[in-house]
Amino acid sequence: MKHYENKQSKELRSGFGAGLVEAGRNDSNVVALTADVCGSVKIDAFAKEFPDRFVQCGIAEANMIGIAAGLSLCGKIPFLGGFAEFVTGRVYDQIRQVVAYSNKNVKICGSHAGISLGEDGATHQTMEDIALMKALPNMTVLVPCDYNQARLATLAAARLNGPVYLRLGRSKMPNFTDDNDTFVIGKAQLLNEGTDVSIIACGHLVWEAIEAARALEAEGISAEVINMHTIKPLDTDAILATARKTRAIVTCEEHLFNGGLGDSVAQTLALHCPTPMEYVAVNDRFGESGTPDEMLTNYGLRATNIIDKVHAVLKRK
Amino acid sequence: MKEINELQTIATQVRRDILRMTTAAKSGHPGGSLGTTEWFTAMQFNLMDHDPAHFTMSGEGQDMLFVSQGHITPVIYSTMARRGFFPVSELATFRRFGTRLQGHPSTAHGLPGIRMASGSLGQGLSVGIGAALGKKMTGDKHLVYTMHGDGELEEGQIWEAVMFAGDKGVDNLIATIDYNRQQIDGSTDQVMDLGDLRAKFEAFKWKVVVIANGNDMQQVIDGMTQAKAMSGNGSPVAVILTTKMGYGVDFMQDTNKYHGAVLSDADLPRALAQLPETELKDY
Repeated sequence: MKHYENKQSKELRSGFGAGLVEAGRNDSNVVALTADVCGSVKIDAFAKEFPDRFVQCGIAEANMIGIAAGLSLCGKIPFLGGFAEFVTGRVYDQIRQVVAYSNKNVKICGSHAGISLGEDGATHQTMEDIALMKALPNMTVLVPCDYNQARLATLAAARLNGPVYLRLGRSKMPNFTDDNDTFVIGKAQLLNEGTDVSIIACGHLVWEAIEAARALEAEGISAEVINMHTIKPLDTDAILATARKTRAIVTCEEHLFNGGLGDSVAQTLALHCPTPMEYVAVNDRFGESGTPDEMLTNYGLRATNIIDKVHAVLKRK
Repeated sequence: MKEINELQTIATQVRRDILRMTTAAKSGHPGGSLGTTEWFTAMQFNLMDHDPAHFTMSGEGQDMLFVSQGHITPVIYSTMARRGFFPVSELATFRRFGTRLQGHPSTAHGLPGIRMASGSLGQGLSVGIGAALGKKMTGDKHLVYTMHGDGELEEGQIWEAVMFAGDKGVDNLIATIDYNRQQIDGSTDQVMDLGDLRAKFEAFKWKVVVIANGNDMQQVIDGMTQAKAMSGNGSPVAVILTTKMGYGVDFMQDTNKYHGAVLSDADLPRALAQLPETELKDY
């Protein structure tokens, strides 16, 4: 098992904030917008360094989407930041019309995504955002796994000409990838090679997948671990290669079963390589208040849950 | 630049286009299109600083127009074609499978002159603000125009945008409201009273121009010229353009019946008889 170390737990939204400042230094066309959550989504450093390229929209996400689309016409590369629920679900039609269908170079950056948001409760814990965004033609969907990768994904989004949804969490999570990794949109990251089962994860669940693989190794089960940081366009080659190799798949995500990473993987397998598969995800329910740790544990999104699903899928091989 | 009588001739031909396009397509929105024909004609030919032969998505060095109530594609497309954005003959493809002239404006089919999809109401003002901010950031002194239905003002996003533009002083933006006081389910008085629109915009720190008769070409030109003169002074400008839905055909006027309903093949000649073909010729 390849060794991964949590160098220091950090927030993914802060990785985005760091990446945004770098992107701003790299390209003077990068601009940022927010809806009264500048500090919460870590756009404050960009706003301080580039005040003329920052737009405070107030608590008006729908207007913010339209302004970003308009700015993109003039050659700007707008990154808009807000709480994931309010920059996806609340403004789905705005994104559909003037970003996705009109195919504009707008980057929608949703922080506080998923159940690990914790105490704020279900009103703010979106677990449908991947489903919403991946359903839109032209949209690229990125779900980085830690602080370092959130930074690299932000830089990659700035280089891509087209609509992007970047999903970010609020809470401190293990930071274990290299800060000088290569991040290629649409290219899965093979974290560990294995032969018995494939664990395909995204976001915060990638670290849980690594911990699960470690424990499985002690049981004599060789797990391949893949970080599927790009939900769309999906790296189907990587999925099919690992499916043909291990003949058993477990997907892991901080999202609902419906419309998430697991669904994308299942669709690929059903069409090209039917393979036993299990989901680690939240099944058709809303969240609630609690600490991030309590939420992940009580909603079945821990390494131990992944291990259980691995055992289940291995019985189906 | 056209003389008033030339613009009026174009407007008559545009109205013929609107009726023929919608009846041929057996769908579309003639009412609001007929009501705003003077405005679109004046904008395309006299008021906007733009060049159909050199259309760019960025609109750099040109004025930009975003029509938020995208359902009035008949007048949008006819005036664009008559201005030279694409061949007039293409109007015959309106709403047909494979056309660039989609039912509502789209950027997905490569029609020159369209920069953003619209028709899902309430979004065009925000887009216009973004483009106006982009022009400011890039040092482009040209103007951004938006056009809205009055019923569209019932959308909440409009007021987010109105509040933003007033507060931030987006003064290279001129938003025109087609004040025909009609919408699908009845008059705006019945569906949702618009109240004192001038006072509403002024309360949000906009300057306001009222055009008392938006179906009078001279009044449209004078009012829009006044709006242009008021721009660049720290406030966005709203133009309340009083029009009659269905204007130009007596039995289509003063009713919301033709908002989204088209003339039958039998009724079309009766309407066209009131709008004789001009030297510009039918498509």
